Amino acid sequence: MYVAVKGGEAAIDAAHRQMAAARRGDPAVPPLTVAQIRAQMGFAVARVMAEGALYDPDLAALALKQAWGDVAEAIFLLRAYRTTLPRLAASEPVDTAHMVVRRRVSAAFKDLPGGQVLGPTFDYTHRLLDFALAAEGQASEAAPAAPDDGRAPDAPMPRVADILGGEGLIEPETAPADEATAPVPDLTRDPLTYPADRATRLQALARGDEGFLLSLAYSTQRGHGGTHPFAGEIRVGEVAVEIVPEDLGFPVVIGDITVCECQMINQFTGSRTAPPQFTRGYGLTLGYNERKAMAMALVDRALRHRELDEAATAPAQDEEFVLSHADVVEASGFVQHLKLPHYVDFQAELDLVRRLRRAAAEGVSHDAPEGAPEDAPHNTSAETTP
Amino acid sequence: MTLSPHDEPAAPMAMATATRQRWMAALARAPRARLEAAWAALADPPAVTLLRPPEIGSAMVRGRTGGTGPRFNLGEVTLTRCSVSLPAVGGAPLIGHGYVAGRDRRHAELAACFDALLQDPARHATLDATLVTPLTEAQAAARRQAQAAASASRVDFFTLVRGE
Repeated sequence: MYVAVKGGEAAIDAAHRQMAAARRGDPAVPPLTVAQIRAQMGFAVARVMAEGALYDPDLAALALKQAWGDVAEAIFLLRAYRTTLPRLAASEPVDTAHMVVRRRVSAAFKDLPGGQVLGPTFDYTHRLLDFALAAEGQASEAAPAAPDDGRAPDAPMPRVADILGGEGLIEPETAPADEATAPVPDLTRDPLTYPADRATRLQALARGDEGFLLSLAYSTQRGHGGTHPFAGEIRVGEVAVEIVPEDLGFPVVIGDITVCECQMINQFTGSRTAPPQFTRGYGLTLGYNERKAMAMALVDRALRHRELDEAATAPAQDEEFVLSHADVVEASGFVQHLKLPHYVDFQAELDLVRRLRRAAAEGVSHDAPEGAPEDAPHNTSAETTP
Repeated sequence: MTLSPHDEPAAPMAMATATRQRWMAALARAPRARLEAAWAALADPPAVTLLRPPEIGSAMVRGRTGGTGPRFNLGEVTLTRCSVSLPAVGGAPLIGHGYVAGRDRRHAELAACFDALLQDPARHATLDATLVTPLTEAQAAARRQAQAAASASRVDFFTLVRGE
């Protein structure tokens, strides 16, 4: 239990001034501008936006600057700012088929309509440090452009899943007919309850911690709830955001945002109600967060065991475990609160341990008194299952 | 009304809506400086009454499961809105709305002002030719350029047949 303490204002004030000085660093080195962070730390900005669940590259860059590059802290800053904003609208669903595609790859199909476009990626690099980047003042090389391929700028690029869907080989994803009147569950308004529906899970995963989801996704690949995935398609680019303002009654574009979408295709041998076909895991992130989108798609698929009649044996399939621990602000807050004063709490435990030791020395047999900490590790189902 | 911007307008009313959607999208995507310059270039700028002063908030961005399935909430985007009233033309005042992603109050205000002006039959043709069409074309050109840049990294993967 955390008990409020008073005092220490002067020390706290001095500590914050030290943080500001440390953040600025050597005054002989020019300070970073928010515009520089936004442009040159793009993946950090994208991660802060995705997990901060607020798309605003300028604010995400500012948060990174203020947090001295601490991504989790920057995410917290953006989340805190978000709570001050009135919700003015909910968008129409973004149409990723009409994305202005900057990157689009499929590991399942070599020749897919629209082609494979690598775009800006670290894939196929040698992961050797580039010392040329350490030399300042060099002119940057302009990216080459291919001649206009004649495609109309708004021509849709078919999704791989839709192509497979044409043959009925993959489970369909169709919007319900009555969706206009159906509410969309929103974690920012209603607390998480279990079992959670897929829309809630996807929202939680989209704002979930990349590291946590990545490890869970990795665990499914290593056999803990394996789903035999193929990266059916990954695409990155800009989509238009449309809202329907109350005073207009029709959709209007408010701007474009960068998103990253991943469609995982997974083996499925069929169930009582469904024929053998490929199933899907879906990942979508605000900003270019490819690793996160892939992890999200794998975990989304693992969490669908109930509807697909699969045995739930692994952590990645445990909805409550996954969703309750995926949020970096909650996780970071609860772990880090341990460093705040717990003096009263600790005094009580100290007193308890002294009494137990006294009793042991006096040879009195006893059961653990009430209130003793229960720190014994719980057996997981994985450990007890042969 | 659930008109998607990709649908072809059919009725004259839908046509009017599609026209307004086109200019509102162009204004929302425009650089603020471009709108500021266009406002400064007006020979007879009208008096602007703020019905709803620029307000910063958010819009919840939605996606679809698998791209085509049920909706889910992805995360929010900052959004600034503004509503203005311009002096009456033919009896009714011109009401304009600006809805612009981001936190630029002036951009939302200018978008609202031009949304109102573009409803004025006397000004529409000129503004459309000097502002909306050039903006729409520039935005389409930027999209084409982005795609052309991406196309430079278009690949052909060859699979090698093994064991023959």
